[in-house]
Amino acid sequence: MKPAFSVLFLTTLIGAGQGLLVALVTGQWYFVIGATPRQENGAFYAVGAAIALVLLGLGLFASFFHLANPQRAWRAATRWRTSWLSREVILLPVVMGLGVVYAGVHGFGIRPVLMTFSNQKSLDLTMAVGFVTAGAALLLYVVTGMIYACVRFIREWASSWTVVNFVAMGLASGFTVAAAYAAISSSPLTEFFAADALVLTLVALATRSYQLWRNWRAKSPFTLKSAIGVHHPQIRQLTQGFCGTSFNTKEFFVPGGKGKMAVLTAAFVAFGFLLPAVMIGVGWATGDAALLIAAALAQYLGLLAERWVFFAQGNHVQNLYYQARA
Amino acid sequence: MSKKQLALVIDLNVCVGCHACVTSCKEWNTSGWAGPMPDQNPYDADPSGVFFNRVQTFECGTFPNTETIHFPKSCLHCEDPPCVPVCPTGASYKREEDGIVLVDYDKCIGCKYCSWSCPYGVREFDEVQGVMKKCTLCVDRIYDQTLPPERRKPACVLACPAGARIFGDIKDPDSEAAIAIRENGGYPLMPEWGTQPANHYLPRRKTKMTLHEDELIRADNPLKIEGELPKPPDGSSLDDYSSW
Repeated sequence: MKPAFSVLFLTTLIGAGQGLLVALVTGQWYFVIGATPRQENGAFYAVGAAIALVLLGLGLFASFFHLANPQRAWRAATRWRTSWLSREVILLPVVMGLGVVYAGVHGFGIRPVLMTFSNQKSLDLTMAVGFVTAGAALLLYVVTGMIYACVRFIREWASSWTVVNFVAMGLASGFTVAAAYAAISSSPLTEFFAADALVLTLVALATRSYQLWRNWRAKSPFTLKSAIGVHHPQIRQLTQGFCGTSFNTKEFFVPGGKGKMAVLTAAFVAFGFLLPAVMIGVGWATGDAALLIAAALAQYLGLLAERWVFFAQGNHVQNLYYQARA
Repeated sequence: MSKKQLALVIDLNVCVGCHACVTSCKEWNTSGWAGPMPDQNPYDADPSGVFFNRVQTFECGTFPNTETIHFPKSCLHCEDPPCVPVCPTGASYKREEDGIVLVDYDKCIGCKYCSWSCPYGVREFDEVQGVMKKCTLCVDRIYDQTLPPERRKPACVLACPAGARIFGDIKDPDSEAAIAIRENGGYPLMPEWGTQPANHYLPRRKTKMTLHEDELIRADNPLKIEGELPKPPDGSSLDDYSSW
């Protein structure tokens, strides 16, 4: 499949944005359960959520470039009963709206206690909004992953590992951004976020590597036999039926070929996972904010390359009909 | 599932790969309801454009024992079309009344997601209008009351000089299309996906006849034109009145 940059930016940016929201909520929860006596002020969460909103907003902005008729984009919210794409179109603004509320209740210090438990811990409004926001953000990962995982005609995508990887890589990048943000703000959460980011980056490396390996060794079970219904062991295509190109030869094939794919695969493993893992590890030990910022940037670029490879590796069944191009 | 399902039946035994269906399709649809079907750089080095129907050519076997198969391909109007439920706007839909799968160009946002969900690669994106387009089974002419009834068929069917394309309701067992499928081993493409394509293909068939030497020489007198005329009956038996 041809990687569309609008979608590469959309999925990587909102992945990091959602991950940052989840990170802030888990950070807040970390204090609420009393894991450490120190506390963080409301402004920290409000500014953090604002950064997440910027990432989500940039992703949403990028997504419009994927549409040929963006003025009708509102219609894309109508088929949520059957279309995962429609579900994403609904859920992304919902997550953004919840992010605004989360930033708002923290920023304005609106924190009435909603519930008090028997162990004297209490649930206030900010934490309650946080749980809902984090839940919606996690659900959005699943919905985004399902857009690709449900395309059964692309064997490399049609797997639960697609969803697992969208969750793992999104959370890893979000927690890395959170660690960098916490380090800049000299927050007591820096170590907590850095440790989580390191674990999530390594988990994402494992799950993504597995899918990469799985796709490399997978052989297509589809043949020209059933594509044209001629049961002959030897079929070859003489012509695709036209000179030049068509939508089918552009949308479903990758410009650049195998060399580009190998380079970008190596690049995403290095910049998306290995290098950030080392930088987060060192940053965690030394508390160096610059190193954590560099880790977040490297990881973002690495995940952009990862998304490119994800698209390029998808080999659509329709390509059976285009074995002789021209 | 609709009671009526209009479809094409394409006889691969007859198709000669002349592309008349391709050009007539483009001509009719570019100037009609589904059009235009724009081209990019049509007279330049890298031409590209929208077609609803394409004819591809395949070869089976090893030279000299080969067989050439011309393979026209357009939207198969699946009975369970995977492209329809994935559309986020509802622009892609399957008509209840006749089973034709269509795109509402006023609702399509051009996200191309439906084309990913078609295993046959028959949807083509119109770069100019920014919407997905596909074969409409010439929905604007098959119901056109101003045309004589025998002309109310898709343009490709009318254009085929070899008569390789049959149009009809495959759910009606007495239709020409249903009879052709039933009697000639008509098959759908990639049935393993469960899409139940409405369009069917008729396989290549061997049309051989075995003649023996003696059949080439006139050995009898089948029309009895040189034989003796029978004698008139004498009325002595029943056979005289029944068989001579």
